[in-house]
Amino acid sequence: MAHISLPEGLPGIRGPMAFRPDAAKHLNDLAEVLLRSENSLTRGERELIATYVSYLNDCFFCQNAHGGLAQHYLECDMRLIDNIMINANATQISTKLKALLSIAESVQKGGKEVIPIQIETAKLMGATDMEIHDTVLIAAAFCMFNRYVDGLGTWAPRDREFYINRAKSRAEEGYANYDPYH
Amino acid sequence: MAHIKVPDGVPGIRSLVMFRPDTGKHLYDLAHVLLREPSPLTPAERELIAAYVSSQNSCKFCMSSHAAAARELYGEERHIVDCVIEDVGKAPVSEKMKALLAIAGKVQRNGKEVLPDDISNARKHGAEDRDIHDTVLIAAAFSMFNRYVDGLATLTPTEPEAYAEMGKRMTTIGYVLPQLIK
Repeated sequence: MAHISLPEGLPGIRGPMAFRPDAAKHLNDLAEVLLRSENSLTRGERELIATYVSYLNDCFFCQNAHGGLAQHYLECDMRLIDNIMINANATQISTKLKALLSIAESVQKGGKEVIPIQIETAKLMGATDMEIHDTVLIAAAFCMFNRYVDGLGTWAPRDREFYINRAKSRAEEGYANYDPYH
Repeated sequence: MAHIKVPDGVPGIRSLVMFRPDTGKHLYDLAHVLLREPSPLTPAERELIAAYVSSQNSCKFCMSSHAAAARELYGEERHIVDCVIEDVGKAPVSEKMKALLAIAGKVQRNGKEVLPDDISNARKHGAEDRDIHDTVLIAAAFSMFNRYVDGLATLTPTEPEAYAEMGKRMTTIGYVLPQLIK
């Protein structure tokens, strides 16, 4: 049971978002720009960064909701997503994405953990300032979302299929038009 | 020097929202809703939670600027701010505020650290759902802001006067994108 009285039956962040819609609006607008708006990083790559940070924070709801979206956009199965979480360097993703995931991992530990050599490596692999900026902000934002979801003790379905089955409709819905009751 | 090309001489998050106003707009709107819009917690108490979480994350820019804003809002009781940052246990704040700061401190580490006992302790001292919700979301949001500011190595002024000025601006103009201030 959640730590506060939330509308029943809404998984993960949906409960708190229904509880305080005026804050939810800005959270969703931020997610929309970061994860879906026009960007040189694909939606799949950005959802992967979100999934990785949520995995590192051990937030079950966020890592599965965003992992489901990542596999939908990347047109792969959850096994690849899981492998990237465990050891991204052993997978076939681009060297640029590996460098950006390494920056995201440092941000998850603390902003000061990001060191110049990581930035230089990402740039060497072709990352732009905007891509580095967005990687840091996505990682930072998920340190917020994960804490919001877990800090209020929200409920989440344990069956991972639930998230995979919902990914397509979630991708179509987007974040800006998010309806927590939907 | 910042990790990416942000405007010269502009400190902290201001340099980042000038670099990327599309995301900056939503970040400032979120800060405004969380710290200024009606809540059972006063703006001073909410700025104090923001400063406390930022101090736990060792983010000098956010800690100093939100501490300065809290001092402005506390007025004659401004000493409270430094007492809380130094030692919450001994600080001259209510038992309810101590319980909420304890929850914020746990959220700063990880959402899962918040246990039912922490919540019942806050309730025993008069906290209601909305106090708890706002505390958790402010603590989560500053876990984002701190990582954003430090993860991109933004300019951090060292002189206290710079922050005193920011504190005044944050409590008069509020959270408005620098580009939009006339």
